[in-house]
Amino acid sequence: MADFGNTDVEAFRAEAKAWLAANFPTSLVGVDVAMANATGPVEGDALLWKQRMGEKGWGTPTWPKEYGGGGLSSAEARVLQQEMNRIGARNPIGGMGIMMFGPTLLEYGSEEQKQRHIPSICRGEIRWCQGYSEPGAGSDLAALQTRCEDRGDHFLVNGQKVWTSGAQYADWCFCLVRTDFTTKHDGISFILFDMKTPGVEVRPIQLISGNSPFCETFLTDVKVPKENLVGELNKGWTIGKRLLIHERNSLSGGGGSAGRFAAGTPLDKLARDYIGVDESGRIADPDLRSRLIRHQMEAKAFMLTLMRAQAESKGGGGPSAATSIMKNVGSKVGQERAELAIEIMGSQGLGWEGEGFTDKELEQTRNWLGGKATTIYGGSAEIQNNIIAKRILGLLDHQ
Amino acid sequence: MAVLTEEQSMLRDAARAWVQEKAPVAALRKARDSGNLQGYAPEAFAEMAGMGWAGVVIPEAHGGSEFGYLSLGLVLEELGRTLAASPLGVSSMAVTSALVRAGTEVQKAAWLPKIASGDTVAALAVDEGPRHDPVRTALKAEAVGGGYRLSGTKTFVAEGMAASLYLVSARTAGAPGDEAGITLFLLPADAGGLTRSARHTADSRDHAALTLDGVQVGADAVLGEVGGGYALLERTLDVARIAVSAEMLGMSAQAFDTTLEYLKTRVQFGQTIGSFQALQHRAAKMFSELELARSCVEAALSAIDQDADDLPQQAALAKAVAGDTLNLISREMVQMHGGIGMTDAHDAGLYLKRARAVEALFGTTAWHRDRWGRMQGY
Repeated sequence: MADFGNTDVEAFRAEAKAWLAANFPTSLVGVDVAMANATGPVEGDALLWKQRMGEKGWGTPTWPKEYGGGGLSSAEARVLQQEMNRIGARNPIGGMGIMMFGPTLLEYGSEEQKQRHIPSICRGEIRWCQGYSEPGAGSDLAALQTRCEDRGDHFLVNGQKVWTSGAQYADWCFCLVRTDFTTKHDGISFILFDMKTPGVEVRPIQLISGNSPFCETFLTDVKVPKENLVGELNKGWTIGKRLLIHERNSLSGGGGSAGRFAAGTPLDKLARDYIGVDESGRIADPDLRSRLIRHQMEAKAFMLTLMRAQAESKGGGGPSAATSIMKNVGSKVGQERAELAIEIMGSQGLGWEGEGFTDKELEQTRNWLGGKATTIYGGSAEIQNNIIAKRILGLLDHQ
Repeated sequence: MAVLTEEQSMLRDAARAWVQEKAPVAALRKARDSGNLQGYAPEAFAEMAGMGWAGVVIPEAHGGSEFGYLSLGLVLEELGRTLAASPLGVSSMAVTSALVRAGTEVQKAAWLPKIASGDTVAALAVDEGPRHDPVRTALKAEAVGGGYRLSGTKTFVAEGMAASLYLVSARTAGAPGDEAGITLFLLPADAGGLTRSARHTADSRDHAALTLDGVQVGADAVLGEVGGGYALLERTLDVARIAVSAEMLGMSAQAFDTTLEYLKTRVQFGQTIGSFQALQHRAAKMFSELELARSCVEAALSAIDQDADDLPQQAALAKAVAGDTLNLISREMVQMHGGIGMTDAHDAGLYLKRARAVEALFGTTAWHRDRWGRMQGY
């Protein structure tokens, strides 16, 4: 079934192995440079690793070589990932440029726009943020009102964006704006602007977890060059939706909540440590135990579904219908895991700061709270269910 | 749907076409109404065997095609779609797997060709009470002369009235609850001292109760090791559980499709009821569960083909996830159909009844969940 073991791929494996041995700083085993790089400049070995992978194009292994990508086949990219996993090397190039904006620009951008923006994404030099949601446009994203006027030699943008992830650290923003107020979906355009442009003001929002991963972004008379319009005027909704598909895939795949629950201490060990075992050696709280098993089974079924969808899309039958369920199932499993973890730990699982709690315990509290966002962002669970009902199952809109 | 070879796709398409034409739900209804507790006409199973379905996991040397468990699972899924009754799962998959794995050359030569041709229907006689618990086997097998004398009872033997051969779990040593001391026997249904009677259950399918009153068998009736049969029994049951899971997947898929069709056609308040978000989100939930169940069932079928070490985990996962999925969808099928779903004339009731029967067969959902949990360290 798989195409592993064929000689070209094995030759590539030898090449990847040799290159990684020569270039991966062993001080970075298990270290997430991309995460650190998302909030500010990195230095030392981290910078070295980022630069080397960026130059090689292997941070974006399957992107075209002409724009700075690795130009690898998907089979080669899998081999590269396997070899990186084997030595504990993590991809130092990440962020929204990789997950959402880059793939969308490669599809819809002009040649000039691709030449200008893709290489710096491949090298991890420019941090992108997403100007989508507004105070009055959450789940109903197409209701957005940020005004973008044609002023001859430039666009003039006024409005407010919210839930702009990482805006306080971002260099550039890809943004949905309204260029026609007489219609809804057909009056939206997709533009790009530099976050240092006068009139862009960012205010971080403090969340229930105590962290501020999201911001409000105020746009007051922001001048945007005409060449920063992606696609045609008033045709931005198609591009914006396409980007959301990349976002959902990354949220449910390896990088998102699915990846997070797969990592971390197995819950059976956590339960043994905090609850103890009964006389037959099983976790002593039978009700919690049965809920843990239920959860772990669902997690396993989800992982098997991720693998099946991957095999099916490789099998050439087009994207699997199973992909439509990934965001909801992945986020639900991730949230359930966090709820169970704090329940297992009892009061010790609710530490906020200071003495009496381990770092792991404190981290668990924040993860539990932070994870509540996963069923809200990127299309809420309810919106995902609407999409499944209408697009996949063919049910009609309510009249 | 797993990535299939061309031959597998052809087999599945052939199975789908045959099942829709020759074994629609109406066939089960007809069997029920005519008092045929087998649930199928003997000619129907003869046709299945004629197409080679009974020999899919039997080696070519013994009259089969050795085409693999995933392939046979595709057929079982299609059969499940229309509730088509057949002994394919227990006979041609589960008992067959035990014979192929542990049978002597004489045993294989005696039974496999007949199973492949459909002339022999084999069944698993394991349970002795209403809840599946193979380690509690009490049926006694005493060594007498060169052979054994079997005494005790078995109940809820699936396809037990149609069977001409039983794989019987018996105790040659130890007490109920001990893994050691269990021995498996191949017992023809016409053996002296064996009587059987039908148990009429809501699903209108074949379930038998057996009484063994000093049944004499030779030493050559033992399948596998004397006293060490538990591992083979568990593996055989895991194959049976996966076969049932494939059937459950097909049932769930069809019950969902039928319900979805109703949501698209039934009009109330001037619009199709499928336009109501309250029903749309429940439909999306069912679809998600169905996709998860499919992944587990297909992985488990492939695990038999690969003789994977974690087959017990895969079987428990498939049975539990498919069980939960079928339970949900069979309830929703009745509820979303409203009044018509309560009538005997509609198929919903038939799916609901068969659903609970297969959920209980070879271990309930809760039983498999707990079993899986133990294996995972919970």
